[in-house]
Amino acid sequence: MQFFQFTEEQDMLRKAVREFVDAEVAPKAKEWDENDHCPVELWPMMGELGLCGVFVPEEYGGAGLGMTERAIVLEEISRHSAGLGIALMTHHLGVAAILYYGNEDQKKRYLPDLCSGKKVGGLSVTEPGGGSDFMGQKCTGELKDGMWVLNGRKCFITNSHIADVDVWTVITGQDEKGRPVMTAFIIDGDAEGHAPGRKEHKLGLRGSVTGDVVCNNVKVAPSQMLQKEGAGAKIAMTTIQEVGRAGMSAINVGILRGCIEEGVKFANERIIYGKPLSKVQAIQLLIGECRVEYEAAKLLTYRAAGMRDAGIPCATEFACAKYFSTEAAVRSSKRIMDAMGGYGIVNEYPVGRFLRDGLASIAAGGTSQIQLLIAAGATLSGK
Amino acid sequence: MGISIAVCIKPVPDPAHYDKIKIDPVKKTVVREGIPTILNPCDKHALEAALQLRGPDGLVTVIAMAPPNAEETLREALAMGADAAVLLTDRAFAGADTWATSYTLAAGLKKAGNFDLILTGTESADGATTQVPAQLAEWLSWPHLWNAVAIETAGETALKVKTKAENEWSDYQIGLPCLLAVSREANKPRLTSLMGVMKAKKKPLTVWNRCDLDVEDASLGMPGSPTQPGAIFEPEMGRKGIVLSGDAEEIAAQLVEKLRSAGLSIETGDTCAPGGAGV
Repeated sequence: MQFFQFTEEQDMLRKAVREFVDAEVAPKAKEWDENDHCPVELWPMMGELGLCGVFVPEEYGGAGLGMTERAIVLEEISRHSAGLGIALMTHHLGVAAILYYGNEDQKKRYLPDLCSGKKVGGLSVTEPGGGSDFMGQKCTGELKDGMWVLNGRKCFITNSHIADVDVWTVITGQDEKGRPVMTAFIIDGDAEGHAPGRKEHKLGLRGSVTGDVVCNNVKVAPSQMLQKEGAGAKIAMTTIQEVGRAGMSAINVGILRGCIEEGVKFANERIIYGKPLSKVQAIQLLIGECRVEYEAAKLLTYRAAGMRDAGIPCATEFACAKYFSTEAAVRSSKRIMDAMGGYGIVNEYPVGRFLRDGLASIAAGGTSQIQLLIAAGATLSGK
Repeated sequence: MGISIAVCIKPVPDPAHYDKIKIDPVKKTVVREGIPTILNPCDKHALEAALQLRGPDGLVTVIAMAPPNAEETLREALAMGADAAVLLTDRAFAGADTWATSYTLAAGLKKAGNFDLILTGTESADGATTQVPAQLAEWLSWPHLWNAVAIETAGETALKVKTKAENEWSDYQIGLPCLLAVSREANKPRLTSLMGVMKAKKKPLTVWNRCDLDVEDASLGMPGSPTQPGAIFEPEMGRKGIVLSGDAEEIAAQLVEKLRSAGLSIETGDTCAPGGAGV
C-alpha cells in the first residue's frame, strides 16, 4: 500500500488552477447560476492555461497530463461553479472520444482547436428513450451515395447549444443476431441539419447548457467515423465510464470542499450566545461529518483517477466514486444548510446552489442506482 | 532586443492566514510555522514586467534570499515564465533587516551574472518597508527608480520609465544597467498555465549558501543588522462591552449620546416608533 500524496507538481498545478478560479470563476459563479449563463467566453483563457486539453498529449496542443490532474482542475473549478465544471467536463468527453478512438488525421484536425479553447466539444449519447439503456437508441445513420446520413434527437445533452465539435452515436444497422450496431461520428457543430433544440431549465448545474441536439439529414463523410462501424457502443461506454464518471466524481469532490469552506467561514463569523457558532458542538458534528465525506470522496475519486493514469481498468472504481461523491455532496450541502439556519436558504450564500448542483449531478453519467448496479455486478462476479 | 533581467522575489505569509500569525516575544520575529507562503504579490508585477521586456533572446532570472522551503515559491515563478532561479539560503542570513537583506541579495546578484536590469516589487506584503530596492541599487552603484507604472525599451541601452508619486507622474529615460521597483499599477500578472507548471521542474534552480557568496559574516543576518526591533506586542483585539441600563427610552437616549460622542452624526426624528430606539 502506497502512501496517498499528490506530487509537488500536482500541488503547484492545483495552486495555479486556484488562482484562475479565484480571479475568473468565484466572482461570477452566482451570476452564472442565476442567469443560467454558460461562460463560453472563458474557453480561450482556459485553453491557454491548459485546462481544455489537460490530458491531451502536447503534440495535439494539450498539457500532456493525466486524469489525476484533470480531476484537480474540475475539483478546483467546482468549489465555486459546478456548472462550469460540468461544461468543461463534457468538453473533455468530446476530446477524449477523439483522442482515444480517433485516427491520426482526426486527432490532428480536431484536437488543437479543442485544446486551445477555440472550439467547444460535446458528446451526444442520451436519447428520450433513456441514457443508460443506450443500446436502445433510435438515432440512425445510413450510408447513401458515399456519405453517412444521420437522423434523430438526443436529449439532456450538456453543451448542446455551445458545442462546435459534437461526437454522436447512432444505430447504423443490425448484426447477424439482430442486435443493433452502434457507430460514433464526429460532427462539426455547423454541419447542415445539425442544430440545438429545446434548452432545459435545470434545478442545478446551471451555468452549463443542457438540452436537445437534433440531426436532420446531416451528411458526414466516412472519414468522420470514429474507428469502425459498430465501435460506437465501446466508445460511448468507456468514455462515459472512465472520463464522464471521473469528471462527475471530481466535480462533486469540489462541491464537498465548497460546502466545508462555506460552512467553516459561516461558523467562525456567526456569533450566537456570545460566541462563534463553530464553538457549538452540534455544529462541529455537522462540520466533522462533511469533512469525513469529503475525505472519502476524494480518496475514491483520486484513487480511481490514479488507476486510470496507470492503465488499470477502473470503471467499477469510478462508479463507486461517482455514487459516493454525488450523494455525499447532497448530504453535506444539506448539513451546512442546517448549520446556517435561515441563512442557509438565502441565495446570497452558495450552499443552496451546492445542494442543487449535488442533486443535479446524480442523474449525470448514470443515476446512483446505476452506479450501485455496476458495483454490485463487479462484486458478484468476483472483480 | 533581448536583455538579461533579474527579478528579486520574496515568499511571504499568505494574507488569507494572517489571523494565525504570531510574534515571537523573545526574537521579535514573525512565527511562520504552519502558515503557507505565497509569492509576494508586488513581486508578481515585477516578474510580469520582466517577462514582457525579456524579448526573444532575453533571460529572466528570479532570485530570493529565504529559507530552504522557498524553492517552492521560486518554482512558481519559473512556472509563470522565468527562465532560471537562484535561492540564497543559510541560517547565517536569518533575521536580516533591510540593510543586511539588500547586502546579501546584492552579493547573490553579482555572482549570478551580468544583468542589464534588476526588477523588484515596490514592497513586501509582510515587512512593507519599501527600503530594499533603493538599498540594493546602492550596493550595486546602479541608478534606480521606485514605483514604475510603465516601462518600455528605448534602444538597446536605455529604458523609458514612468513613475508615480502620490499626485504626480514623472517620465524618465534611464540607462542600463539599472534597478526598477515596479508598481502594482504597471500590469496585470499573467495566470500560470499547467504547461508552465510542468516546464518549471526542468528549469535550473541554483541554491547558494554563505560559503558560495563573497560576503562578510559581520554584515549577515540578525547580528549584521543595524536595525534591531524594540518592543513588539500583539494589539489587544478584544471587544469592550458596555451595558446600558434603564427602560427602553432611557437606553436609547444613552446610546444616541454615546454614538454622538464617538463622532457619529445621529438624527432623531418623529418617525420613531413610540418607545423605540429609532435613530
